[in-house]
Amino acid sequence: MTLTALTIGQARDGLRRKEFTARELADAYVRAMEAVRPLNVYLMETPDRALAAARQSDARLQKGEGLPLDGIPVAVKDLFCTEGVETTAASKILAGFVPPYESTVTANLWRSGALMLGKVNLDEFAMGSATISGARGPTENPWRRRGDNRPLVPGGSSGGSAAAVAARAALAATGTDTGGSIRQPASFCGIVGLKPTYGRCSRWGIVAFASSLDQAGPMTRDVRDAAIMLQAMAGHDPKDATSAPLPVPNFEAAVGRSVKGLRVGIPKEYRLDGMPTEIEMLWRRGIEWVKEAGATTVDISLKMTKYALATYYIIAPAEASSNLARYDGVRFGLRVPGESLEAMYENTRGHGFGAEVRRRVLIGTYVLSAGYYDAYYLKAQKVRTLIARDFDEAFKRCDAILTPTAPSPAFAIGEKMDDPIAMYLNDVFTVPVNLAGLPAISVPAGLSGDGLPLGLQVIGKAFDEETMLRVAAVLEDAAGFDAVPAFVAGSA
Amino acid sequence: MALDKATVARIAALARIKVPETEVDTLAGELSKILTWVEQLNEIDVAGVEPMTAVTLARSPLREDHVADGGIVDKILANAPETANGFFVVPKVVE
Repeated sequence: MTLTALTIGQARDGLRRKEFTARELADAYVRAMEAVRPLNVYLMETPDRALAAARQSDARLQKGEGLPLDGIPVAVKDLFCTEGVETTAASKILAGFVPPYESTVTANLWRSGALMLGKVNLDEFAMGSATISGARGPTENPWRRRGDNRPLVPGGSSGGSAAAVAARAALAATGTDTGGSIRQPASFCGIVGLKPTYGRCSRWGIVAFASSLDQAGPMTRDVRDAAIMLQAMAGHDPKDATSAPLPVPNFEAAVGRSVKGLRVGIPKEYRLDGMPTEIEMLWRRGIEWVKEAGATTVDISLKMTKYALATYYIIAPAEASSNLARYDGVRFGLRVPGESLEAMYENTRGHGFGAEVRRRVLIGTYVLSAGYYDAYYLKAQKVRTLIARDFDEAFKRCDAILTPTAPSPAFAIGEKMDDPIAMYLNDVFTVPVNLAGLPAISVPAGLSGDGLPLGLQVIGKAFDEETMLRVAAVLEDAAGFDAVPAFVAGSA
Repeated sequence: MALDKATVARIAALARIKVPETEVDTLAGELSKILTWVEQLNEIDVAGVEPMTAVTLARSPLREDHVADGGIVDKILANAPETANGFFVVPKVVE
């Protein structure tokens, strides 16, 4: 048995039946983590911590007192603060930062018995769609185009998380999603990525990018695993004022429940000019699959879709410029000396931020500055209202929405790098969901002509991840996606 | 909106980011392109539309107003580039 090929569901059952130990599972993943080094996935490996936690899991499992995630090895996006383990957001400005506290989401995972393998790469401060802008260089996608050995991006910003799960160098991973940063890399790497409803998971202890959009979520091998992970990650947290004081439903119970009678909305505005035919074909297959499973489809209109990206690229940089004001060389991270306090700030931030972060902080500063606030920021907030209203109207006529996840498969490292706007277009199908605060999931549903994974996205009503998971599981079953990437760390 | 070099310098100063003189031109071009692109929002009539200022409609719950944490000066200073006597140290601000 190849332990690293199991899902969380399978590993959980195997551990409880004592077919293998948590120690054996952790050992296999520690080896896989070493094997995946050529892809530059892990920024920090914590094998000793993983093995120590595995021993504790084994002690509980031996007594038949296993916790929901006991012995499950997880990779953590290096945006989650982990107590005593360096957390950098892939930025030079946070090099050497060792948090004295643990993020709520990761604390919830450890409390459920999961163990941390290490911290994985991302775009600097989660700003990007390719995992190329981090201070420690790009992460490579474990997939390759058929007959073409050029390295591809894993998507982003949670590209390290997606690559780790796809390459079998982590059983699951945490991601964060501000405009598609969980779903787009999941689509590019052939795994499942779930962005919960805004407020479902606490943001406390996650390095902030755009606070009204950021949400943590799981990245996994299948839909059931996403439900199992979300169960552990979610819940009200008094330390995050935007965390929802709602009970957490049994997400796993929703997986496999029939979709008979459900109405699935198909938004006509997601049919983009110039969208590759294979994406359009995949979407059509998805529509057939949900119909065959007993759901009906309804045509809906999300008429503000074409304005979502422009809205996002005002709101997200505005919030980022405010959130990133804290990196000033005084309390943590990098300090570059200057003759005055002012010069020290400017030198530190000038050296510490990479090109994309600098661009966004400057755009954010501009759209919030006196004289421009109304024309840009206030206007974008009003359009955001209209985007959310579109979804409200649509959900009067349907229970979930089906769309492609991204307008293309993974692209080569180096492509789209000289044009920020071309890069931003990756998130055209995912950004509206963040603006409206809704849950959405990407499920691997097929391969492109050159052999790369493509995902379909299911969008749910606020705090109705369960219906979304039911539809996602139907797509997963029908797609029967079993392709394996070119690079698999745990194949030995 | 096309940003000139002086405007880029002003924004960079507001953002407390030192931008090398050699990069100002390129940056002005990039930022202008992004701003021109987002100005497509001008096509939309937002008369009478309220700005969306919160994602969740529920009111934030309030907790008891009591001290919940504290006495962790060492932890707070542990990551600072320079400290002295329980304080952060910055370059001199008064002569």
